[in-house]
Amino acid sequence: MAEEVKLFGARRSPFSHRIEIALKLKGVSYEFIEEDLQNKSPLLLKYNPVHKKIPVLLHNGKPIAESIVILEYIEETWKTNPILPADPYERAIARFWAKFLDDKCIPAAWNACWAKEKEREKTMEEASECLKTLEGELKDKKFFGGDKVGMVDIVANFIAFWLSALQEAVGADLLTPEKFPVLFKWSEELVGCPIIKENLPPRDQLMAFFRARLESSK
Amino acid sequence: MAGKDVKLLGAWPSPFVIRARIALNIKSVDYEFIQEKPGAKSELLLKSNPVHKKIPVLIHGDRPICESLIIVHYIDEVWSHGPSILPSDPYDRAIARFWAAYIDEKWFPLMKAIRTADADGKKAAIAQMEEGMAVLEEAFTKISKGKAFFGGDRIGFLDIAFGCFLAWLRVTEKSNGVKLLDESKTPALLKWSERFCSDAAVKGIIPETEKLAEFAKNLFKPK
Repeated sequence: MAEEVKLFGARRSPFSHRIEIALKLKGVSYEFIEEDLQNKSPLLLKYNPVHKKIPVLLHNGKPIAESIVILEYIEETWKTNPILPADPYERAIARFWAKFLDDKCIPAAWNACWAKEKEREKTMEEASECLKTLEGELKDKKFFGGDKVGMVDIVANFIAFWLSALQEAVGADLLTPEKFPVLFKWSEELVGCPIIKENLPPRDQLMAFFRARLESSK
Repeated sequence: MAGKDVKLLGAWPSPFVIRARIALNIKSVDYEFIQEKPGAKSELLLKSNPVHKKIPVLIHGDRPICESLIIVHYIDEVWSHGPSILPSDPYDRAIARFWAAYIDEKWFPLMKAIRTADADGKKAAIAQMEEGMAVLEEAFTKISKGKAFFGGDRIGFLDIAFGCFLAWLRVTEKSNGVKLLDESKTPALLKWSERFCSDAAVKGIIPETEKLAEFAKNLFKPK
């Protein structure tokens, strides 16, 4: 049966990028449809009427939305190169860290970078606490997934790549090799993987985007 | 499995704890329910969930598992001989997970907004919650495909994810003089809620509305 896999995404979005990593890791061919986030297509609105957001995976005509839900779907549908451990306890741990990243860590890092002067200190402290916790989980592993990239590494892609461009654009120094040596090393390791690197947006474009946003917020 | 091997740290009013209890009941797992005292987190809790310091925490053997829906996944995977909690088809699983995320991230926060907002904010939050109920009513019709529950003939992941909030929903209705589960607006969900609460795995776990309303009054009274 010919399998049809389409991904509605945006090159600039870490959430969209997560899905591309997973599909590529599993050797799944897919068609990438770049959405203009300022002008969303009728198809996107049809496939994700509840949130109207990317990414949306379309598999044989059936849409799946929400990046972590999509990652779990990909894991269950294509068995090559698992991104979750086999053991239920280890899986629970991986899911815990993925949720921590999405619910706490990434929003904290984002907020710290965009914080106005008087909130800077507090939000930076919160974000630093999150990164410290994350670093504690990594310990001496190459990746959160162990020797290989796993779901937590994929979900942490914002920390590995986007954060660096963002903090430079706004003049924050949240994730540095001095403050978080283990996490910093991991980020370089992750971004160095061909599969991860392939679909990253150009760093200068990303920085330009963040700078423009900074300007318009003034 | 011996009762002592499985412990659940929680508290009777918490909908998130209710999720874990229903899942354990579905699998007929014997467990020790260790209730946290309100206002004081136990050493065991702080040790078992150092990141969030929140209930529920499932402790299996010596190993803690945190986050209610992650606990439900874990229970489903470990006690695989019991009735399934998640659907078997990957697409159906994705749909169930999608709506559970919607409930946690979009729908449930409105309950707190209703409670804490000023008069205008309350009105807006109630309106949003009613919209959310309409969305969930439609989702139920699509997902249940004419059967009794989101999970089909038996209660499943999404039933648990949503049903756990029923007592708090009723308290919210009472306190604000609104009907969120309503014969005219959400007929299917209203009937579903009755079936859900009568289910063997759920009976006795959802608190009585009066008891919860009293608890809420004390918990949320200005200090």
